[in-house]
Amino acid sequence: MHRTRIRVAEDALDANETIARANRDDFDRMDVRVVNLMSAPGAGKTTLLERAIQGLDGTRIGVLEGDVQGSLDADRIAHLHVPVTQLNTDPGFGGECHLDANMVRSALPAVKLDEIDLLVIENVGNLVCPAEFKVGEDARAMVSSVAEGDDKPLKYPLMFRTCELILVNKIDLLPHLDVDLDRLVANIESVNPTATVLPVSAKTGEGVEAWRDWLARVGLRAPAAA
Amino acid sequence: MHELAISQAIIDTALRHADGRRLTSVHVRVGSLRQVVPDSLAFYFEIVARDTACEGARLDLEPVAALLRCPDCGDEWDPAPPPLAGHGALPAAGLPPVPSFRCPRCATPGKILRGDELEVEWIEVDEAVGASP
Repeated sequence: MHRTRIRVAEDALDANETIARANRDDFDRMDVRVVNLMSAPGAGKTTLLERAIQGLDGTRIGVLEGDVQGSLDADRIAHLHVPVTQLNTDPGFGGECHLDANMVRSALPAVKLDEIDLLVIENVGNLVCPAEFKVGEDARAMVSSVAEGDDKPLKYPLMFRTCELILVNKIDLLPHLDVDLDRLVANIESVNPTATVLPVSAKTGEGVEAWRDWLARVGLRAPAAA
Repeated sequence: MHELAISQAIIDTALRHADGRRLTSVHVRVGSLRQVVPDSLAFYFEIVARDTACEGARLDLEPVAALLRCPDCGDEWDPAPPPLAGHGALPAAGLPPVPSFRCPRCATPGKILRGDELEVEWIEVDEAVGASP
């Protein structure tokens, strides 16, 4: 028995990236732009999405809901009469805590790409793993609620660093919290100086129009060169 | 959690290149910006490797420090540990400075030169003696 060293020099996530590119090609072919929406559990992804969908004129939106189990979020979105597909990571994917390109690919046959201009993929609630896995998106957005504290960008910089839009949600709660909004924004800025930061409240509707406008603008983008 | 998914990706990559042979070592370059906890990765690697040709293989992690470059003035810096004097707003007086992706000299957002790696650089496999030539 002897040992041989084999040079690999390959990113461990290359296999995922290859599938993500295939997803992206399919989206481009159907002229659909895709947003990967991420956050910790309970930050308000679904509620903000509901708010944005109500009043989103001129952009045909569809939603792919990623959850470990159940269809609670998809049922909520379905009430708004937009096409929604549930993707559960429990059956077949070991209850994964994030979506990857292959899971999204497996769900694509059920997504009516020919009926939409913009697909929002609501990832599994988690501030860590989803940041590692591209799914074929054009843009990444995340929600960080003020109730989570102002230190999260420093604790989970990879997530904050890889999103071009950061929604700071639940600002209606600020009077009740020992959280400094300026410090939260400064911490976001330190790990991602180019991000767009939008303070919002899904509860009161403050800032929701800017969030809706951002989605509409992504829907109008030309496909980026791969 | 994060390290479980990454272990799986590393093992998938290693197995593909091992081409059926048993692995004895997997060498991975890990950039500091990936937030990988080495002990946690080693723990999950052992679990995910069970019942595969990677079982018992050594996971050899090579840390790569982050390096950013300013596209304007060409300054280079490591965002963690944080840049020192001259750097912009601290969150509040008395708190430690936070890592910054802005140039410490001119505040332009930096580009990542190093620190984003999660690369399987090489693997070592056992060539079975007596196998057909």
